[in-house]
Amino acid sequence: MIEGILVEGLIYGIMVLGVFITFRVLDFPDLTVDGSFPLGAVLMAVMLIRGFNPLVGFLAVFAAGFAAGTVTALIHNKLKVPNLLAGILTMTMLYSINIRILQNRANVPLIRTETVFTWITKLFGGTVFEGTALLILMIAVVLIIKVLLDLFFHTDVGLTLGALGCNEQMVITQGVNPEVLKIVGVGLSNALVAVSGGFAAQYLGFADVNMGIGIVVSGLASVMIGEFLFRSNRIALLTLRVLLGSILFKGIMYLGRYYGYYIKMTPNDLKLITGILIIISLIVSKNKKMLTLLKKKEAPEVLK
Amino acid sequence: MIKIHSLSKVFHEGTVNENKAINTINLSVKEGDFITIIGSNGAGKTTLFNLISGNIFPSTGRIEINGRDVTKDPEYRRAAYVGRIFQNPTMGTAETMTLEDNMTIAYYKGCKGLRKSLNNKLRDFFREKLSDLDMGLENRLKDNVGLFSGGQRQALTLLMMVLSKPDLILLDEHTAALDPGNARMILDLTLKYIKDYNLTTMMITHNMGHAIKYGNRLLMMDSGEIIYDIEGDTKKNITKEALINKFEVIRKKEFENDEVLLS
Ligand SMILES: Nc1ncnc2c1ncn2[C@@H]1O[C@H](COP(=O)(O)OP(=O)(O)OP(=O)(O)O)[C@@H](O)[C@H]1O
Ligand SMILES: [Mg+2]
Repeated sequence: MIEGILVEGLIYGIMVLGVFITFRVLDFPDLTVDGSFPLGAVLMAVMLIRGFNPLVGFLAVFAAGFAAGTVTALIHNKLKVPNLLAGILTMTMLYSINIRILQNRANVPLIRTETVFTWITKLFGGTVFEGTALLILMIAVVLIIKVLLDLFFHTDVGLTLGALGCNEQMVITQGVNPEVLKIVGVGLSNALVAVSGGFAAQYLGFADVNMGIGIVVSGLASVMIGEFLFRSNRIALLTLRVLLGSILFKGIMYLGRYYGYYIKMTPNDLKLITGILIIISLIVSKNKKMLTLLKKKEAPEVLK
Repeated sequence: MIKIHSLSKVFHEGTVNENKAINTINLSVKEGDFITIIGSNGAGKTTLFNLISGNIFPSTGRIEINGRDVTKDPEYRRAAYVGRIFQNPTMGTAETMTLEDNMTIAYYKGCKGLRKSLNNKLRDFFREKLSDLDMGLENRLKDNVGLFSGGQRQALTLLMMVLSKPDLILLDEHTAALDPGNARMILDLTLKYIKDYNLTTMMITHNMGHAIKYGNRLLMMDSGEIIYDIEGDTKKNITKEALINKFEVIRKKEFENDEVLLS
């Protein structure tokens, strides 16, 4: 059970990293995620069924996710549409595209198809439990993604991306085209989300065009839960916090699923719980902010 | 170096709110000029800067910088050679990022690559430049800029702008949001940079004394026009009273800016 929560938390953690990039780094609340997550899942499923190597599948999924994010950024940049609406537009269009990728089906099973998970289980050849094998694989994958992402945010373009969400005028003043940066940021975010979808499909053993409903909200909830853990301005710790948040979120959902029936909860109530989690997080962090503001007022000289 | 040809900007054209904020302005700025700009509220000073920096585009007219027509260039492209400081000290820096990250972004203008510029050598360079500010910022490279005071942030913005060696700097009441002590400090720092780096400068101020005392040329704006333009000895020898008088003679109305009279 713990292994399951960890594996799921890590798989979805890749998606939460994407949500973190748009919502927190770029300040670009991007709802494309609800479409790019199933995009990654269905594309991966179809490619695996066709016999492609999973690695090739992940490259394709990454590219497709990046393309989806690019569409959202372009709609926002060129048509001056608010970012929320741009994301909803892409997400809605993706729904049809995802069904097309599945050749007019809403879902496809992945039983008896080679996946990264069957591969890793075989690799360990029964020396460890299957769950442990999956966990080792996901820890390795997520660690690599996290480290690459940390490195990226230390490059010049990564730093500028960080500044964009905080002060767009400053980025312009430094001679950088914010439209290009938004494509990079939203693209990268959705590429990660799609990769996460690709893993989810292999883990769950199926891909479904509806598996993205509410994903962005669960991603945001994970980000917010992580934010309660500790404060930092260092990107390596921020991405770590995101992953821990994702695992915690999965843990809470697990509790809801398995012990919720004592209070007459069903799995269908989980989205409601997710939303309430976000609202509680908002209330708590709002009160926290008020507290720090009050403290600042008391000691303004210290800050000078 | 900068040539502005019959530049106009009309806001909300063709509506009841139509507002001619800039009205056929012609202006030529020479290299090394330090121009001060005064004018009542709503005269169009900020709008003129917005047009020069590319933040907004003119309704008619042309802007040339270093012989190149930049009228249609977007703001980020012009930013490579036009530096700008706003009244609000938070506008020039990213407060959720560290001092060293901010300075790295400002270290070179334009497109950023996938390389990592920030290293210990660059940190030493930043420390050296920051110690010139005399604010102890050289020991706070890893602090978030949001922790700094308004004066410190404006000084940092100035430094970051100077590092990129702009051809022209636009200062829009850049000391107005600071307390008198910090305002003095930022003004002195500005004057020092202008002198040390021989920066071509346009400075909007509501302080008529400063407008007369600093720079080699003075522009007075009203209703989107440059109504008075003096330089050299004429400028050096003019008094506040004479300027106000001039305004009233030219515009046949009273100079209504209290701030100017008080300063
Ligand atoms: N983006 C805008 N949209 C519509 N009208 C604008 C815009 N920017 C400026 N204006 C109008 O243009 C006129 C000139 O404004 P501007 O900000 O240039 O004045 P200013 O000389 O900088 O005044 P102040 O001394 O108060 O800063 C004003 O009437 C203002 O309302
Ligand atoms: Mg103004």
